[in-house]
Amino acid sequence: MNKTIVRILVGLLITLCATTIFAEEVSREQIKGLDEQVQDIKKDVLGISAELTQLEEKLLYPSNTQVSVFVSFDKGAKIKLDAVKLKMDGKDVTYHIYTFKELEALQSGGVQRLYTGNIRSGEHTLDVSLIDKSAGNGNEQQAASHKFTKSVEPKLIEIALSGAGSQRINFKN
Amino acid sequence: MRIYICLIGLCLSTFSLAADSTKSAAKDLYLGEAFYYAFQGEYVDAISRLDTELGQFYRLDDPNLDPLHFQVNFANFSVGDFELSYRMHQRAGRAIKAVLEGNVEASIRNEAAFRLARIYVQKDDPRSALSTIEKITGKIPEKIRDDELFLRAQIYMLTGKFEDAIHILEGLQGSKSYAGFATYNLGIALIQNGQELKGYEQLDKAGLINSDDEGILAIRDKANMMLGNRLIAAGQPALAKQYLDRIRLTGPFSNKALLGSGWTDVALEKYDRALVPWLILIKRNPTDKAVQEGLLGAPYAYTKLGLHGRAALLYGSALEKFGAELAKLDSSMKSIREGKFLKALVRDELKQDKNWVVKLRELPDSPETYYLLELMASNDFQESLQNYFDLDDLRKRLEAWDDGIDAYEEIIRIRAKYYEAILPALDRQFREIDSKMRLRLEQRQALDDKLKQMLVSPRPDFLQTADERSLRDKLNQQEQKYKNDNSPAGIEARRRIKRLQGVMSWQIKTTYDKRLTDAYKHLHQLDADVENLRNVYRSFVRSRQAATQSYKGYDDQLRQLKNRVRDSKEKVVTLMARQGHMLDVMALNELDQRRIRLEEFQVQARFALSESYDRASKKQLEESETK
Repeated sequence: MNKTIVRILVGLLITLCATTIFAEEVSREQIKGLDEQVQDIKKDVLGISAELTQLEEKLLYPSNTQVSVFVSFDKGAKIKLDAVKLKMDGKDVTYHIYTFKELEALQSGGVQRLYTGNIRSGEHTLDVSLIDKSAGNGNEQQAASHKFTKSVEPKLIEIALSGAGSQRINFKN
Repeated sequence: MRIYICLIGLCLSTFSLAADSTKSAAKDLYLGEAFYYAFQGEYVDAISRLDTELGQFYRLDDPNLDPLHFQVNFANFSVGDFELSYRMHQRAGRAIKAVLEGNVEASIRNEAAFRLARIYVQKDDPRSALSTIEKITGKIPEKIRDDELFLRAQIYMLTGKFEDAIHILEGLQGSKSYAGFATYNLGIALIQNGQELKGYEQLDKAGLINSDDEGILAIRDKANMMLGNRLIAAGQPALAKQYLDRIRLTGPFSNKALLGSGWTDVALEKYDRALVPWLILIKRNPTDKAVQEGLLGAPYAYTKLGLHGRAALLYGSALEKFGAELAKLDSSMKSIREGKFLKALVRDELKQDKNWVVKLRELPDSPETYYLLELMASNDFQESLQNYFDLDDLRKRLEAWDDGIDAYEEIIRIRAKYYEAILPALDRQFREIDSKMRLRLEQRQALDDKLKQMLVSPRPDFLQTADERSLRDKLNQQEQKYKNDNSPAGIEARRRIKRLQGVMSWQIKTTYDKRLTDAYKHLHQLDADVENLRNVYRSFVRSRQAATQSYKGYDDQLRQLKNRVRDSKEKVVTLMARQGHMLDVMALNELDQRRIRLEEFQVQARFALSESYDRASKKQLEESETK
């Protein structure tokens, strides 16, 4: 009787501790070999992606006319940004509605390139309006304007949003 | 269910790596942009953008002027990290190795060594991990101190240096980030070092941890499960039961714990008590391995209690359930063979849902994924599945790029057509303006030289106004007119002319300094206009260059890119087919094993059912004979 029980218990132990073992058709070496090939193709594709990014910039946004607008959150700011609209010299240039993943990425310290375009050298105005759904704010709309000068080099403007205070939209050149 | 899947992963891996909480605030906008993509799991964008940024940074004449200069080491680490997250271990290793071998501060080098060692552990190369982690000397950044110790202990355990691992894990007992994990691993290290009882003490401690954190609760259950299993194997079922009974009834180990608890009662010949956990267990999902075993266990306990009628009923019910599950398995295998598994896996709506495995089961024509849960949580399957997802993502990107390159070619064609029509006339006009401008600039330079000369040798006549010049001309004409007139009127006219000339010279000479200053002021005012003119000129030259650059010199690059995209697309499609086939085979093998096991259970249940009927009939006969 006891022997039977021990056999059952050992069997149970094997069942409980068993990790998945594949049949011979898929060996560890095969998995590893294929994984290495996948890594190689990823390397090739990343090379193509980097070259295409540079080509796109050179072709569509040459540095002497390029302007890029970035959005970032101040450290620790818990902003539930719903949407942002940008106007360049009075003309609508972009409107973006945020997904949950994008908001999380901004809250974690990521910086979003919201807009890249071309403008002439000289004085320009950037108008930002946003809808903030942060707790207690309802669907609060905020707006701010920024004057800047475009010269020969690419112009980068950062819109830094803070969660509190009267000055919620700050521009950094 | 998502938690369940996570915890199966936890269960199957010997050790658990703490989540990398490095969420540094990036200051350089492009670096921040790479993180924006990385935080969303878009590693192709994150890596290619950061690679591009680093490439541009290293090509700068003076990189110290670039804001990335302050964070370049961090950026290099980040590329390695992103590549690691994108499961590119080979390249990630190289990126971090480059920092490790560079001339950097001890804390940076140590962090690089830590990351490289972690890559080696993930690559299942503990020897290289050991030699890398042992390079760490001196200051270790605060943020990775506990992580480095835990990783070091893991590596020591993997390389059989249990004494060293124990020493480190004992020191980590107070660590908040490794609460439970350090104790559990200490228990395992002690057992592997032959200090079984001390190991049990640590597992016991880990099995009593109080927390609201799901990860810690899972490691608590895992410690109790481990203890229970080891004690069953050591022939101490009574002791094993107390640990199995500690496991939560709702956690991922609950079914195995209920099954084990029942078997410990059977071992102690307490069949009625074995029925308590087993009757709970058999009401649960019949696709679970432990539940299926419980379906045989519960009637076995009734048999032992002499309740053959009840046993027969439960064996009958088990047979029914096994039959249904076998049918489910067969249809799942058929579905996989028809390629529906892979098709379901790459559906976009699944990727929006973190609970995608559950969602997958709800899709029509998808195989029964419950049977694949353990397989899906295994490292090999996860890696292969992620590779399949990545390949599918690459395929879509390459297709979009192929179209994108066609669009670029079209843009270039349109630009060439437009500019080649207008540029010759524009260039002619520009050459005319250019020569006029050069002339004016030369004139301005001549004026400047003259004024500088006049500071040394004054020339008042150069500073006459236009009116004065005209007046002087008139006076000169009059002087000529009366030169030979010796009449009194002529003499008087010459005298007056002389006087007027004298007055003029007086005025010019006495106001010479002011005139010279004014001339300088005017020249400087002119300089401002000249500078504006030069700006417009430079802007035009740049625009003119940009016009040429916007359509010339792209042909070779685009042709090469197109070929590379198409080659890569072919490779991706081939690799996807191979990776998909591998996933199919893995899934089919798993389902086949489960089918074989179920068929064995079915046979056992059939025999046991007939035996129970026989015994029940015999008992009934005996009872009626006694009466």
